[in-house]
Amino acid sequence: MLRTIGHRLLLLIPTLLGLSILLFLWVRALPGGPAVALLGEKATPAAIERINELYGFNRPILEQYATYMGRLLTGDFGSSIETGRPVVEEFFRRFPATIELSIAALIIAVGIGIPLGYLAARRHGRISDHLAVVLSLVGITIPVFFLAFMLKYVFAVQLGWLPSDGRQNPRIDATHYTNFYVLDGLITGEFDAAWDAVLHLVLPALALGTIPLAIIVRITRASVLEVQNSDYVRTGRAKGIARRTLRSRFILRNAMLPVATTVGLQVGLLLAGAILTETVFAFPGIGSFLARAITARDFPVLQGFIIFIAIIYALINLIVDVSYSLIDPRVRVS
Amino acid sequence: MLSTPRKRALAGLAVVAVGALALSACTSQRGGDGETDAATDVDGTFVFAASADPASLDPAFAQDGETFRVSRQIFEGLVGTEPGTADPAPLLAESWESSEDGLTHTFQLKEGVTFHDGTAFDAEAVCANFDRWYNWTGLAASEALSYYYGKLFRGYVDTPDTAVYDSCSADGELEATVQLKQPFAGFIPALSLPAFAMQSPAALEEFGADEIGGTEEAPSLSEYGAGHPTGTGPYKFDEWSPGEELTLSAYDEYWGESGQVDQIIFRVIDDPTARRQALEAGSIDGYDLVGPADTAALEDAGYTMVSRPPFTILYLAFNQAQPELQDVRVRQALSHAIDKEALITQVLPEGTEVATQFMPDTVNGYNPDVTTYEYDPEQARALLAEAGYTEENPLSLTFNYPVNVSRPYMPDPEQIATVISTQLTEIGVQLTPQTDAWSPDYLDKITGTPDHGIHLLGWTGDYNDTDNFVGVFFGAPSAEWGFDNPELFTALNEARGIPNLEEQTELYEQINEQVAEFIPGVPLAHPAPTLAFDPRVESYPASPVNDEVFTGIVLTE
Repeated sequence: MLRTIGHRLLLLIPTLLGLSILLFLWVRALPGGPAVALLGEKATPAAIERINELYGFNRPILEQYATYMGRLLTGDFGSSIETGRPVVEEFFRRFPATIELSIAALIIAVGIGIPLGYLAARRHGRISDHLAVVLSLVGITIPVFFLAFMLKYVFAVQLGWLPSDGRQNPRIDATHYTNFYVLDGLITGEFDAAWDAVLHLVLPALALGTIPLAIIVRITRASVLEVQNSDYVRTGRAKGIARRTLRSRFILRNAMLPVATTVGLQVGLLLAGAILTETVFAFPGIGSFLARAITARDFPVLQGFIIFIAIIYALINLIVDVSYSLIDPRVRVS
Repeated sequence: MLSTPRKRALAGLAVVAVGALALSACTSQRGGDGETDAATDVDGTFVFAASADPASLDPAFAQDGETFRVSRQIFEGLVGTEPGTADPAPLLAESWESSEDGLTHTFQLKEGVTFHDGTAFDAEAVCANFDRWYNWTGLAASEALSYYYGKLFRGYVDTPDTAVYDSCSADGELEATVQLKQPFAGFIPALSLPAFAMQSPAALEEFGADEIGGTEEAPSLSEYGAGHPTGTGPYKFDEWSPGEELTLSAYDEYWGESGQVDQIIFRVIDDPTARRQALEAGSIDGYDLVGPADTAALEDAGYTMVSRPPFTILYLAFNQAQPELQDVRVRQALSHAIDKEALITQVLPEGTEVATQFMPDTVNGYNPDVTTYEYDPEQARALLAEAGYTEENPLSLTFNYPVNVSRPYMPDPEQIATVISTQLTEIGVQLTPQTDAWSPDYLDKITGTPDHGIHLLGWTGDYNDTDNFVGVFFGAPSAEWGFDNPELFTALNEARGIPNLEEQTELYEQINEQVAEFIPGVPLAHPAPTLAFDPRVESYPASPVNDEVFTGIVLTE
C-alpha cells in the first residue's frame, strides 16, 4: 500500500515538471511577449524594458528557465501585479474559502447523488427512475453561472431566506484563526458565526454542486444496474444469501468503484466551477481572484495558482486511487 | 414492504430535505442585534459595497476612487470642500492667506487635533507631509504612484526646475507657511484631494511608508500602505482582508462631530449586478454608480436613491479632420438639431443637467451668458441647405461610439447614440454608426487617430480646476478634435499661468464664449452619478467631487 502511494507521489514529479514547462513557455509565447501582454499595445519601450528587467525576460531562455525553476523549487512565486502581495500569501489567504465551498458542494453532490442514483436503479424502468434520469440530464446541461444567478435571485433577493454574497455577515465580529470560517466558529465557540458561515455556503454550494450531483446520479444508477445483473450477484442470490448482505456487500460495494473515480474527477470540476460561482456570489476564494487575475493579465498569480491547483488536483486523485483499493481488494492484489 | 436499503436511501433524502428546509427557514439579516447604539437606537454599523479593494491605504500613492473613498474617512487635508459643492472650505486649516504673487501661503491650523496614533497635529506635521511629497525619488516619484503630486506640483527634489513647491516652514505650533516657486492658481482647491491629506509623520516613519518595492507597473505596498494608515479623520483603520472587506471604527478622540455611523465595513463586490442584489438581499447598506437601468426599479422598491451634484460633462465631438465638419454652418446645424432635454429625460439618470459649455456650473469660469444653440430642426435644415446639403445630396457622417461600457458621464453609450442618431436623421443627416469596445480600441481610435467622424466622449473632474476641463480638451491640437485654433490654444495657456483666481475666472469665461462660437462639438449634459441605499438611510452627504465622509450619514434604524 505504502509502495503504491510512494510510487504515485514519484509520478507527480514528472507531471508537475511538464506543467511548469508549459506555463513557462505559455507566458513567453504571449503575443508581443509578456511585457506587452501586461502593459497593452501602447506600452512605451522604457516600460517594456523595466518589466523585462524585473522578470528577467531579456536574458537567454535557458538561464530564464534555470532561475524560474530555482524560484519554484524554493517556493518563490513572485508577487501579484494587481495587489503587490506575494502570490503564495494571496493563495493561502483565499484557499480555505474555496476548500470550504468545495467540501460543501461535494457533500451535497455525494450526499444526494449516491442515494438518488441507487434509488433510481432499484426502481429501474419506473416513473421515479425516469424522473431521476431526466432531472440529472437537466442538472448536467444547466450552465453554472446561470444556475448561480437564478438561485441567488430566487432565494436571496426575492425570498430573502439565504444570504446573497460573501462568506459571513460582516456585522458579526467573528474571530478567525484558520480562515475556515465554519471551523473557526466551532473552535472559538462562536456558534452563531459558524452557523452564519454555513448559511453563506448553501447557495454557492448548491450552484457548484449541481453538475457533479447530476453526474454522480447517472454513474451510480448505471453502475448499480450493471452490478445488479452480474453473474456473482445471481450466484449469491441462488445461494440464498440474505438480501441485505447481497445489497450492501455485493451490489453497493462493487457499484461504488466507478463512482469513486467519478467523484475524484468532479473535484477538478469543482475548482473550475468555483471561478464562476465565486464571482457571482462575491465569495472571496481563489476562484474569484483567478477570474480577476485573468482580466488583469496578472500572470504571476495565474502561473502560481495553476501550479498549486495542479498539485491539489493530483493529490486528490491520489487519495481517490487509494480509497479505490480500500473499496476493492482486487486492486490491492494486482 | 420497503426493503432496508431503500429505507436508508429514503431516510437519507429525508434528512437532506429537512436540512434544506431548516436552512431556508433561517434568514441572514442579523443587522441590529448586539451592535445597536443605545443612545440613538440605530445600528451604527454601515456596510458599503466597493467595486474593488483600495490600491493602497496611503492616499498619497493613489489616484482611484475606491482608495479615496476609504481615505476620506481616515484622513483629512488642510482644505476640505463646502458640503455639496466643489469649493474649498477650511478643514485642518482654519484659515489661510495667500500673497499677492501667489507664491506664499500661510495656514492657521486647527487646535487640539491629534492623529490616531496620538501624535499631535501641528505645523511641524504639515511641513513633514509637504517635505515628504517633494523629497520622493525613484519609484515613489513616478506617475504610477504619486500621480497627483507629480501632475499638480510638477516636480520633485530631483527635478527642481519644474517643481512648483519650494519649502515649508513652521512658525510656531499652529502656523505653517508654504512657499511656492511658481504661481499655481489651483493650489488651495487642489489640497482638498485625498492625495494631499495630512498623515502622521511618526507613523509614516515607523512603518516605512516610502519603502516601496517592485516596478512602476507593479509596485508593492509599504508596511504603512498595507496596514497602518494614520490620519486625523473621524474613523481609524481596524482591519483589511484584501478581496473581502475593510473595517474602520470611530476614532474616540476625533475633534469634530461624530455621526451615527460608528463602524464602517467596505465589502468588495466587483460585479455590478451582485452589488445591486446584495442591496436587495439586505447584506449591504449602499453602493455607488448605480446603472441607469436599475435606478427606477430600485427607487420604486423603496430604496433611498441619492444623486451627486454633477461634476461631469458628456459631449458630442466634431472631428474637424473630416472636411464636412470644417464648415461652421454644418457644426451650427448639428448643434441646432440636438434636443438635449429629450436626451436627458430618455436615457440619462435623474439629476442630470443640460450642458451649455464644456464644464459644469460649479467650476470657476463657467459663463452663464454663453452663446447657446436651441433645439430648432427648421433652422438646422436651413443651415445645412446653406452649406450645400440637400435631400439629393445629403450630409453623410460616421458616428463613433463605444459599446459595453459605463462611465460616470456616459452610463449607456448605445442608448445615447440611438437618441442622437434619431435627432440627426430628422434633419436629413445620413449617419454610418461605427462601434468599438471601450478600452483600448475606442479610446485609441478617438484620441490617437484622425480616423473618426462625430463621436461621444466625456470627462469627470477631479477637483475645482478649470484647466482640468477645458484645458484638457482644447489646450493643444489633438487627434480627437482635429482642429487648429492657435487663438484658443494661446488663451488657454495664458489663463493656466495666472496666479489670481478672479482674473483667471474672467479669462476662462471669455474662453468658454470663444469655444461656444467655434463649436468644436456639442456639450450635451452633465450626468449625475447615482448611489443607492437601504431604506434605513435617510440622507447621505453627496458631493460633486466625492468628498463624502460617513459621519454625515443619517440613519433611521
